[in-house]
Amino acid sequence: MSRRTREMIVKTILLFAAMSSLVFLGGIVVVLFTQGLPILNVVGIKDFLFGTNWYPTHDIPEFGILPMIYGSLLITAGALFFAAPLGILSALFIAEIAPFWLKETMKPIVELLAGIPSVVYGLFGALIVAPFVQKLFNLPTGLTAFSAALILGIMVLPTVTSIGEDALTSIPKEYREAALAVGATKWETMTKITLPAAASGISTALILGIGRAIGETMAVLMVAGGSPRIVFSFLKPARAMTSTIAAEMAETVMGSEHYFALFGIAIVLFVMTLGFNLIADNISHRFHRRFTATK
Amino acid sequence: MVEIKNDNRILIEKLNVHFGNNHVLIDIDFPIKANSITAIIGPSGCGKSTLIRCLDRMNDIIPSACVAGKIILDNIDIHDPSYEPYDLRKKVGMVFQKPNPFPKSIYENLAFGLRIHGIRKKEAIEKRVVEALNAAALWDEVKDRLHESAFSLSGGQQQRLCIARTLAIEPEVILFDEPCSALDPISTGKIEDLMVRLKEKYTIVIVTHNMQQAARISDYTGFLYLGRLIEYDETKKLFTAPREKLTENYITGRFG
Amino acid sequence: MEMTQPIQLSPKSLSNRRKLIQRIGFSIIFLSLIISIFFLFVIVIFVAIRGAGVIDWEFLTAMPRKSMTEGGILPAILGTFYLSIGAVFFALPLGILAAIYLNEYAGENLLVRIIKMGINNLAGVPSIVFGLFGLAIFVKFFGFGVSILSGALTLATMILPVIISTTVEALKSIPDSFREAGYGVGATKWQIIRGIILPAALPGILTGTILGIGRAAGETAPILFTAATFFSRRLPGSVMDEVLALPYHIYALMTEGTHPDAQVPIAYGTALVLLILVLGLDLIAIVIRTRSRKKKLW
Repeated sequence: MSRRTREMIVKTILLFAAMSSLVFLGGIVVVLFTQGLPILNVVGIKDFLFGTNWYPTHDIPEFGILPMIYGSLLITAGALFFAAPLGILSALFIAEIAPFWLKETMKPIVELLAGIPSVVYGLFGALIVAPFVQKLFNLPTGLTAFSAALILGIMVLPTVTSIGEDALTSIPKEYREAALAVGATKWETMTKITLPAAASGISTALILGIGRAIGETMAVLMVAGGSPRIVFSFLKPARAMTSTIAAEMAETVMGSEHYFALFGIAIVLFVMTLGFNLIADNISHRFHRRFTATK
Repeated sequence: MVEIKNDNRILIEKLNVHFGNNHVLIDIDFPIKANSITAIIGPSGCGKSTLIRCLDRMNDIIPSACVAGKIILDNIDIHDPSYEPYDLRKKVGMVFQKPNPFPKSIYENLAFGLRIHGIRKKEAIEKRVVEALNAAALWDEVKDRLHESAFSLSGGQQQRLCIARTLAIEPEVILFDEPCSALDPISTGKIEDLMVRLKEKYTIVIVTHNMQQAARISDYTGFLYLGRLIEYDETKKLFTAPREKLTENYITGRFG
Repeated sequence: MEMTQPIQLSPKSLSNRRKLIQRIGFSIIFLSLIISIFFLFVIVIFVAIRGAGVIDWEFLTAMPRKSMTEGGILPAILGTFYLSIGAVFFALPLGILAAIYLNEYAGENLLVRIIKMGINNLAGVPSIVFGLFGLAIFVKFFGFGVSILSGALTLATMILPVIISTTVEALKSIPDSFREAGYGVGATKWQIIRGIILPAALPGILTGTILGIGRAAGETAPILFTAATFFSRRLPGSVMDEVLALPYHIYALMTEGTHPDAQVPIAYGTALVLLILVLGLDLIAIVIRTRSRKKKLW
């Protein structure tokens, strides 16, 4: 075999390996849609997405997932409410204020904390945070949307911090020097030059944080309380799409309406996270092109 | 195998190179004589490096490069489809601008090239490694630490290691792309001496922006300006009685 | 001629105000940093304190007893070990080959952009969706059942993007001069990759691998329906057996069983073991990366 044919074979094998991620992603789409779409034969798309009653095991079952969509969004919004300011400000500290040695120590620590398994957050949330929240607000149960949002906020904090820090660090130092050279204070440089320049990178961090929060299963399952009803309060139990799937899939029979409905929820979840990822991808792509174009 | 001076080892005919829309080399024609040193000089950006990289088809790895024209080595155009660039590059070795040893031991730096060209026996590899290090005047400095990282060497030693790496696979032509631009004067002197010795066995092409260097060591010189070969001649003639005004301006330091 | 008055650009009061604003701004940043650190460390410390009392040699090496209210967590430790090693076993070769293609061969074209987008989006798929995928494909379609094999394959799909992107980073950090040098001695592209690039990128690839193991070890949702079980009388004997796993064990102890008082301490102990395992692996990965960066001579 000549070296050229061998090179061709190698290249083809490598290309197939590279395509594997696409194959899996495609596989996920196919699985979700073949297993999830049949639910629309049982209930219409409108009743599925906007129905407010989730009684999958009743004699006359109802499959409205709006409470779960609402629960996911509510908890995610709450999580972001905690994580966004703390994350961005921490990123600013690491990227702009910390001396070199501290920066080099904090970056790996943040990375480490991002690796704490979600079930550990769930354990902590259920055993420590929930009782605390219960006592603090004098509630019948501490397993609430608020507790879940708090736990989830802590959980996505390292993600937001670390991606935000990357975005800030990638701003050319000439920008900062220019601002300092006209007599700006460090604070003015940070808030008026660096932060706006890194805005799209930071929004990428936030969007990825949202994606992570909305897709998070275990912590929400263990902390949010799990009531599938729309209540306009943070201090009541809520239920996310992910935890519904996790809690109920084991009890379903393959091919049953309940089974299809859970895959149907997964479609909604998948489409939402895919949307967030595509937006983040798009923004970060433009962000990086802007700061590498001159090199 | 040496003898007949002045025979053409390589013949470059109507060589044109484009990088995308940039016409980098325009109608280059000149010979490279066997067992001599041919220097290519010119101001930076004139296409010297592109030209020398054509000779072992290193431009192939740049996607936007488009090379047209003939480069004849041993009666065959090196662009002939039957010619594998890998075999060509064994025959035509290259030493780069910055010393670029592999991130391996001194010994492995040489052994890598030998192994990929099919030499597997340990004794054979060892023998060639010693010979090549000797030929590159590096043996005495490294013989006690062959298995240390190549990065433990000084810049000049690294560059001689790269020369040894090229010599180990027994090329016929060696291309030097500004080999001394990253080195101090003493290391530069050692490498120049080495090149002069090597021309007995090899045909050497060197790209340099240093006119003194070209004048010191080369037998033939080509002056390249804005992608065109302005003048090619014996070094002595080119530096003492250039035919072209541009050449004269350049070698007298009026631009560049 | 009339002298032009220099404009008073910055009166003292303004300068003082700007300094004050900076001081307030910095204080807010410090405060939020301290809050962030406090929250994150509180979790680690709580689990450490509550868990430490439970962990002893028996806890690590014994089977669970009396319907999970006593005994150890050996099967869960082993299960997590099998699952994460299995996941890396499948994901590593595929991931490295994919990364080599993307960094060394791929040009700038539509296909490559789509592949990269696919990898990014796969990384963002919620872990529970991987669980459903594994359930439908590996458990049901291929008929592997609820087993180590199904769980490992599901986790492999999930960590594939991690392995690909860390390997791409590792390959990217190898300077082009090595590749040129390789071409210069007449090596083919594949010879250069195998002989020079991969060995030089090894620490980076190792980092990615360990991160992948840690990630796989800590995940619960993907193994919920594909591998995990709450109760087993024996240690798994083959890849077709279902297993206990540390993260799932924590969840199960919290939500199933009838003796919460006896189960909660075990859950803390299990969480501490999991935390030490995952953070330990991540720490090793980070140390390898930092050391290889420091040692790097190019």
